[in-house]
Amino acid sequence: MLAFAVRRFVSAFLVLFAISVLVFLIFFATPGVDPAARIAGRNADPATLAQVRHAFGFDRPLPVRYVLMMKHLFVTRDLESFVNRGAKVIPQITHAMPATLSLVLGAAVIWVVLGVVMGSAAAALRGTAVDPLIMMLGVVGASLPVYWVGEAVNLVTQSRLHDGVFSWVPPLGYVGLTDNPGQWALHLLFPWLTLALLYAGIYARLLRSEVIASLNEDYVTTARAKGISERRILIKHALRCSLIPFVSLFGLDFGALVGGSALLTEVVFGLPGVGKLTYDALQNVDLPVIMGTVLYAAFFVVLTNALVDVLYARLDPRVRHA
Amino acid sequence: MAVVAGLPGAPESGGTVAVPPAPGVAGPWRNSLTQLTRNRAAVGAAAVFLLIVLACLAAPLYAHHIAHTDAFRSNISGTTVIDGKTVPVLRPSSTGLQLGVTPVGPTWDPGHYFLGADNQGRDVMARLLYAGRNSLFIGLTSAVLCCLVATVVGVVAGYAGGVVDAVLSRILDVVWAFPVYLLAICLSVVLLTSGVHIGPVGVDAGSIWVPIFIIAVIYVPYVARPVRGKVIALRHRDFIQAAIGIGATDRRIMRREILPNVTPTVIVFIPLMTALNMLTESALSFLSVGVQPPDASWGTIINDGLGLLYTRPAVALVPGLLIAMTAVALNIFGDGVRDALDPGARLRGGA
Repeated sequence: MLAFAVRRFVSAFLVLFAISVLVFLIFFATPGVDPAARIAGRNADPATLAQVRHAFGFDRPLPVRYVLMMKHLFVTRDLESFVNRGAKVIPQITHAMPATLSLVLGAAVIWVVLGVVMGSAAAALRGTAVDPLIMMLGVVGASLPVYWVGEAVNLVTQSRLHDGVFSWVPPLGYVGLTDNPGQWALHLLFPWLTLALLYAGIYARLLRSEVIASLNEDYVTTARAKGISERRILIKHALRCSLIPFVSLFGLDFGALVGGSALLTEVVFGLPGVGKLTYDALQNVDLPVIMGTVLYAAFFVVLTNALVDVLYARLDPRVRHA
Repeated sequence: MAVVAGLPGAPESGGTVAVPPAPGVAGPWRNSLTQLTRNRAAVGAAAVFLLIVLACLAAPLYAHHIAHTDAFRSNISGTTVIDGKTVPVLRPSSTGLQLGVTPVGPTWDPGHYFLGADNQGRDVMARLLYAGRNSLFIGLTSAVLCCLVATVVGVVAGYAGGVVDAVLSRILDVVWAFPVYLLAICLSVVLLTSGVHIGPVGVDAGSIWVPIFIIAVIYVPYVARPVRGKVIALRHRDFIQAAIGIGATDRRIMRREILPNVTPTVIVFIPLMTALNMLTESALSFLSVGVQPPDASWGTIINDGLGLLYTRPAVALVPGLLIAMTAVALNIFGDGVRDALDPGARLRGGA
């Protein structure tokens, strides 16, 4: 088990290295425009350009430039924005992290709980009207643009029905967990539900087919022969094994969420997280910030995936020997 | 099937050997097609998709002959007729702290701003139809491009094995591990500032081919990994061994023996990838790193409508509805194609 975990994290670090090289090459070695001009932003003056060239070592060979960039990002952490002169990038990112993590973790809890409940319900009630309904929810969830759902939610809760049913909904924004836990949850409630809506259906669908498959397994027949109640069979026997692929898909989607849907959700709900930071940087073509947010988010995703894989191996010993 | 070509008794006529199917016996493709046409949900979904495509193709007809408007020119001081009265398309407004304009809302009259105007006084309905052409074109083209590249990569990696496979698989692993939107943002922000020119092939910064290429590239591992897995499984089958035994070249084996066997898997991916790519395009456009003005896509219109959300919600809501409808139709159709061609295909989670 330990050997597997070590192996998995070593390979994660290799992937991290490859990703950082890829980002470096995209930003500094794509043919076309002078990369210094790109970093410095639109219409930069010659002094700024010279400063950028010096800071990123554009007169030196590529590997040195790569090391310099990594140093600015992860060691000295003094990467500066050239659009907002002098604003340090890394503190902005660490400052934005709590909002993103609150959004993502909260949504994940909701969609996993919903997915497990709906999935096992659909498996237990297969053949009834609930079944196709959950199948449909999975398809719709995978087809809706998340930022658009967020806007529709805003339209209803902030404007159209704000004087009636939804008068308790606070204005868009974020309150820190340590400042006021109640307001924190209230501000994040609709962003959480928006994200969870898109994912819960897919998970319910996956879990349903897995549970149905394991209900046909021999060990379930044995359990039935021993006279164990159907409810206990479903929860104790079938559901347990069915959660294994669920965990593996969760690892993939959690990463996609941090690097994608959460970014869009933050923009729509005005949450000051890493995604909003990236969005604002994109509007000003502020490359140092984009570079920073992309690499930090990608690193987070890769490490989370490694963690999920280790957890997966803990659940299913067969994976350790693959 | 291609298997027959290598067996003794089959006519050996150099390159291509066509084996006519026995009369009365339907081939596997015909069988799948029949199965697909019997799937009512899939047929309905295909009809909805075709309807949307046709409507978007008819965009110039709508703009010129019904709405009498130019969807790409702002019409700030124009007027239109609602209920027999002439009203300005944009009315100055000062709701709350913002000074801005309120465009005319939906009139439900196709001749006069059916769905209202956007903040530059342009007809939203006409723009939606034009934008749909871009959204659908990008979705479909990038899906086809992605599947082509993925097939080549998957077949070569799976068949060649060894060093070639190791190198290709590692590259796929890295792209796979990189969150797709972040990779797309990196590529877009760089390519959109300068475009790219490699040798004689050049793509300008604002071209819609930039998002097409980017989206095609980032999703290659999604298709290439299952294809590679399938090829590795095929490699040890008897008919491949027989083909190697009679001295067929690698190129011939890949093209004539392996390719026909992975084609169903790849075809299953096309409708599903089209839906996924269209959603990705709309998200990138919403973040302003996708389709660039003056071109429009459904994503850029949602972005335009953001500022008008509480006053004129139709501008942002209708394009999202169209995206959702198209994606649902493609996903349902794609599920039908999968059931007909390759029921065992695991589409999410890869190999």
